[in-house]
Amino acid sequence: MRKYSWLTPVAVLIFVLVTLVFLSPLVIPKGVSWPIKQKLNLGLDLKGGTQIVLAVQTDKLPMANRADAVKNNIEIIRNRIDQFGIAEPTIQKIGESDILVQLPGVKDPAAAENLVKQSAILEFKLVANPEESERFLAQLDQIIQANLSRFPTLAKMDAEMKSLDKEESSVEDSLKTSSGIFRSLIVTSERDYAVRNDDVEVFRALLQDTTFVNLKPKGYDLALESFDETKRRNEEPKIVYVLKSAVEVQGSDIDGASMEIGSTSSSNPQMAGKPYIALTFTRTGARKFANVTGDNIHERLAIVVDNAVYSAPVIQDRIPDGKATITGIFSNEEARSLAILLNNESLTAPIVLKNANQVSATLGTDSIKSGLIAGLVGLLAVMIFMVFFYNLSGLVTDFILIFNVGFILAAMTIFGGTLTMPGIAGIILSIGMSVDANVLIFERIREEMDAGKSPRSAADSGFKRASVTIWDSNITTVIAAFVLYQFGTGPVRGFALTLTIGIVGSIFCALVFLRYLMDKLLLSGNRQTLSI
Amino acid sequence: MRILQNVNFPFVQSRRITYVIAALALIASVVGIFVCGLNWSTDFTGGVSAVINMKPKDPGVKPLNIDQLRDVIREGGFKESEIQFIGNPADATFQIKVEGSDAEQIKEKILELVRDNLDDYVKGRNLQSDVLREVNTVGAKAGAEMRTNVITAVLIALLLMIIYIWIRFEFTFGLMAIVALFFNVVLVVGVFAWTGKEITMQIIAALLTIVGYAINDTIVVFDRIREDLRLYRKDPIESIFNRAINSTLSRTVITGGSTLLTAFALYFFGGAVIHDFALAIILGIVIGTLSSIFIASNLVLDTIKSTRLEQKSLKHLSKK
Repeated sequence: MRKYSWLTPVAVLIFVLVTLVFLSPLVIPKGVSWPIKQKLNLGLDLKGGTQIVLAVQTDKLPMANRADAVKNNIEIIRNRIDQFGIAEPTIQKIGESDILVQLPGVKDPAAAENLVKQSAILEFKLVANPEESERFLAQLDQIIQANLSRFPTLAKMDAEMKSLDKEESSVEDSLKTSSGIFRSLIVTSERDYAVRNDDVEVFRALLQDTTFVNLKPKGYDLALESFDETKRRNEEPKIVYVLKSAVEVQGSDIDGASMEIGSTSSSNPQMAGKPYIALTFTRTGARKFANVTGDNIHERLAIVVDNAVYSAPVIQDRIPDGKATITGIFSNEEARSLAILLNNESLTAPIVLKNANQVSATLGTDSIKSGLIAGLVGLLAVMIFMVFFYNLSGLVTDFILIFNVGFILAAMTIFGGTLTMPGIAGIILSIGMSVDANVLIFERIREEMDAGKSPRSAADSGFKRASVTIWDSNITTVIAAFVLYQFGTGPVRGFALTLTIGIVGSIFCALVFLRYLMDKLLLSGNRQTLSI
Repeated sequence: MRILQNVNFPFVQSRRITYVIAALALIASVVGIFVCGLNWSTDFTGGVSAVINMKPKDPGVKPLNIDQLRDVIREGGFKESEIQFIGNPADATFQIKVEGSDAEQIKEKILELVRDNLDDYVKGRNLQSDVLREVNTVGAKAGAEMRTNVITAVLIALLLMIIYIWIRFEFTFGLMAIVALFFNVVLVVGVFAWTGKEITMQIIAALLTIVGYAINDTIVVFDRIREDLRLYRKDPIESIFNRAINSTLSRTVITGGSTLLTAFALYFFGGAVIHDFALAIILGIVIGTLSSIFIASNLVLDTIKSTRLEQKSLKHLSKK
């Protein structure tokens, strides 16, 4: 008896179970509750998806740079989508400066849109100390009060407030005279400034208002804390930071960003069990970061992405090792997309959404039907072929072949691959190619039997000798597939994934599954003949 | 059924003839690629996109079937058209992407096709302002950067393959396996150049598949050579190589046959969309099979002999 003889049946069982479980959603009718929700994505050509048209705002760029800006943005968007794991998108320039993006099987178009649109400008800025902040806010308030006519929303609020005040006591009125409408938007808590939840929209619009930006005293900026937009029921006031305008460290100083999950036992409540982003700086970035932390011990350093403050920890010590973290992130999805955004360069020119639409499949129903027919014909032809050449052994191969095809589809479901028409063609071909391993084994067994060996020992040495060849030839192909996946883009990656899955499946089927079934069915007992 | 049992074809002895034929085929392909050029599809060149609305004025006309529109556009001369519903299918708005660069001319042509063939849907409507919603040039789906990316990826992959084969066999084997791969790909591309067939993204995928298939084939033969070198140490190197090719011949033919069956199934039943893809695969399998029998190992043999590394590399190899 061979060692670990129990391992083979267990492996075969797992293989069959995984295949069946992940294919099950394809046959389970809608409405029936079933634990496995993942379903194989169908590509744009088979099922359609979501189409987003984005306009690149190139009007601020010099003429000569405009075409390049659009081109760069396309590449950046492509990288982001690739890393986000949506396979087989279509991204192309349309008209002069628009970008057309089609995404297959996107469940959440808003998330995809966000990923594509966000610019992810990362900045580290110092938080102004209380006296500076107070002075800045007072100055700003005065300026706005003096120019109130230029801020219609604020003027309206001011008028409402005054009419309310008149009905109230005059004591409070005297207090109010010292500060204007802008200052009244901001509430002061123990350590921070904040804006009431109801005023967030007004405040945010104000921060982007060009008149406001131009009038604002130089040297300082205002920024809101980042908060989960989807959960705005949260009534708590949102923190406002007064930041020094100087950017101490920026996105281009980042060498890499990766998403991590804090250990649940972490002493930092911002990190415990929550996603955060680990940053590594470039060499100059690390030097800058060490200097700014060294010079400003006990000050607060804000980490700002797209003008939202993620966190503003107090600097405890000089940080010389070129590493930092971004905490204060709400969900794993957010952390993941933020890491992707930080890893890639920022968009060269801002992008605005023009329209988003559902789109149908690019291929007609007849093309899809004929693809499936071709698949079935090919599969049947190979099955008959195998029985013709290898009799009962061929029949065993046929049985395994069905699982092999199932495994490819199941594994694509697990890895979130997208099935397209060329993908179907690829799978059909891999049917033809996956019998190769079987052919190698059977031919070898025949040779051994010709040399006078008994079926049992011929099978043993046949499998042993053929497996060297099978490993060598397939590892070579897997190396190629792996490189194509790592360095390729778009459809090439999808191809590489299908290829790798096909190879892994066929190696397992030939060396483990086939071996097992041959042992059990064709070589059991002391048979003197082998149908091969 | 058994085929090609105990055969002994003189593959190695007749290699001069094979080289001549291979060289001629190679020259023909290269000439084809340079003289005829390659017909890159809209995936690589871009085209024109038009959005049209086909909601009939008369509510009695039943909604336009998208496949009907596909046929009209395809038969109207845009072989590579790509047509999708955009937005709610009930609005009958279609996005049509076709090959070409002159947006104005293509727009007119599409409107003409629609007017002549699908009159029910545009009757009583202004073609230019109501039926036509948008017309734009579109860029390539695979831009220049993506192309460089793929080429870099392929080159790195080839390099690593050479290194792997070098480790498992010997440097000459790795190098010649890759030379044979280039040969396969150039020949298939050559056929596409001569026939003027389009190189689409699918064809690129087909070429990569061919590479995967051919390397498999070649390694199976190499593997047998490695094994036989140990078994028949006394034999002259030519006969070892020839025996290895012959004893793997039945496997080469059966595997090639089964893969060809599926490729032919795609070719005959797969419909127009994967017709050329299937053709590329069929060519690739045939050429790949032939080159693994006639070229790859023969090239190894000649290189080893001409560089006088014979003894050294064979000793090295038989130890593995």
